[in-house]
Amino acid sequence: MQNAYGNHSGSSRAHGVARGLGWFSIALGVAEVAAPRALTRALGMDGQESLVRAYGLREIATGSAILRSENPAPWVWGRVAGDALDLATLGAGYRNQNPQQQRNLGLALAAVAGVTAADVWCARALSNGAGQQARLPMRDYRDRSGFPRPPAEMRGAARHLSIPRDMRAPEALQPYRAG
Amino acid sequence: MRALCWHGKNDIRYEQVPDPVIEHPRDAIVRVTSCAICGSDLHLYDGFMPGMKSGDIMGHEFMGEIVDVGPGINGKVKVGDRVVVPFTIICGECEQCRRGNFSVCERTNRNKHIADKVFGHSTAGLYGYTHLTGGYPGGQAEYVRVPYADVGPVKVPNGLSDEQVLFLGDIFPTGWQAVVQCDIEPTDTVAIWGAGPVGQFCVRSAILLGAQQVICIDRLPERLAMAEAGGAIPINFEKESVVERLNDLTNGKGPQKCIDAVGLEAHATATIDSMYDRAKQAMMLETDRPHVLREMIYVCRPAGTISVPGVYGGLLDKVPFGMVMNKGLTIRTGQTHVNRWTEDLLGLIEEGQIDPSFVITHRVPLERGPEMYQTFRDKHDGCIKVVLQP
Repeated sequence: MQNAYGNHSGSSRAHGVARGLGWFSIALGVAEVAAPRALTRALGMDGQESLVRAYGLREIATGSAILRSENPAPWVWGRVAGDALDLATLGAGYRNQNPQQQRNLGLALAAVAGVTAADVWCARALSNGAGQQARLPMRDYRDRSGFPRPPAEMRGAARHLSIPRDMRAPEALQPYRAG
Repeated sequence: MRALCWHGKNDIRYEQVPDPVIEHPRDAIVRVTSCAICGSDLHLYDGFMPGMKSGDIMGHEFMGEIVDVGPGINGKVKVGDRVVVPFTIICGECEQCRRGNFSVCERTNRNKHIADKVFGHSTAGLYGYTHLTGGYPGGQAEYVRVPYADVGPVKVPNGLSDEQVLFLGDIFPTGWQAVVQCDIEPTDTVAIWGAGPVGQFCVRSAILLGAQQVICIDRLPERLAMAEAGGAIPINFEKESVVERLNDLTNGKGPQKCIDAVGLEAHATATIDSMYDRAKQAMMLETDRPHVLREMIYVCRPAGTISVPGVYGGLLDKVPFGMVMNKGLTIRTGQTHVNRWTEDLLGLIEEGQIDPSFVITHRVPLERGPEMYQTFRDKHDGCIKVVLQP
């Protein structure tokens, strides 16, 4: 019994975080697509609704890819790139705002920075973990038939056992045999 | 004694618990020599099944030696007997038991009043599987109290190893019943969703019962390799369209018999409908993820049969029942009537027609159970079946 479990724990945690980030991405994306006006008003970015919607679609696409992919590392790196874009967009809008909007923008910048840190950690852990897992030998079960002879020769070997009446297909659904 | 105990989602602990004692004249105490983690234990580990309490002893696949019996056993089993204990607890006397419908025994669920409310009518008591099914302490322990020990346990000959007979208590009869209730014809194509332990036994059972073509659907290469070794044509649902491939393999007609060996935790991110289910599950708007059921109903040949050994727990959304009705499908479900099949299956093992130990990938001491739950759940290290030794 090889003991590879220790190698898996860090990678497993990173995969768990990646799943969380995937769902977060989709939720944020849905909010941006569904209610861009609320966001632009709070951040003092009136007129930028189309941009927010586009960013929302990006979030949904990235989140879906993270959840669907066997190796989510490149997609989490994609999230890091998206974070940089978000920070740049928010930073550009920081000037010429009223105090309330500046406070909101500051909070948004802090939140995106926090998520960026999580994205970077997760992407690095996944990239390292993928390397470790690739070095693990793949288990080979091609000889695990459980039969004493090849499956083709075992076909029907238990047909002599009686099938209880209540387990049989209803009479009306039995193959029709004329005569 | 020591046992694996549930303390919440993702929290199984190896800890000291009180020794079991004879509580009823028909009880026996079994010293566990081997036990296993079942795929359905993962539903408890993942927190999808209601009715668990902190400290509950896990496990319903176990075997061992009788070390004590109550006065009402009347010699049916005796101290020193080697037995496999079916996961369904049966009285052997109620109307359902007399009909052979052991998994819906009317008397062994000691929390019948709760089950009656939740399910309409109670089902049998189960070991280590929530208080909805009686709250009986499970078999991932050094010792277990076995109620109705005069009718439930299956005596096994000493010439067979634990690993050859352990799975008579659940997954072998479960895979067998799933196929038997399809009523296999020699011209049948049987499609099996899920290449976990039950799926593997479905594959072997379908071959032994003479299906013309057996197909197994999963995404993990090592599991598909094991299914292929048993005679199945593998389909990796992450690499190809299941519906297109099944139709290709059946001249566009679809498989006559479809078996769901996946259950309520279908892979959450493989398809759009699975992701929809996962989101609804997170919002508590749905309890189960029925992607496999939807796909089976869609692809099954009209007048075909759908057999469901996979465990479902509650409420399912967007199940296309109109297709079921219009295609005239027969749906067979249920927990396994284990004792109905054990004699036949033990016979096959004794004759050397099958060695169920093929499915074991990990053998570890009981104390390593908590880490093996995670390994099995995460499908790491090629894990398909874990056997634990107290």
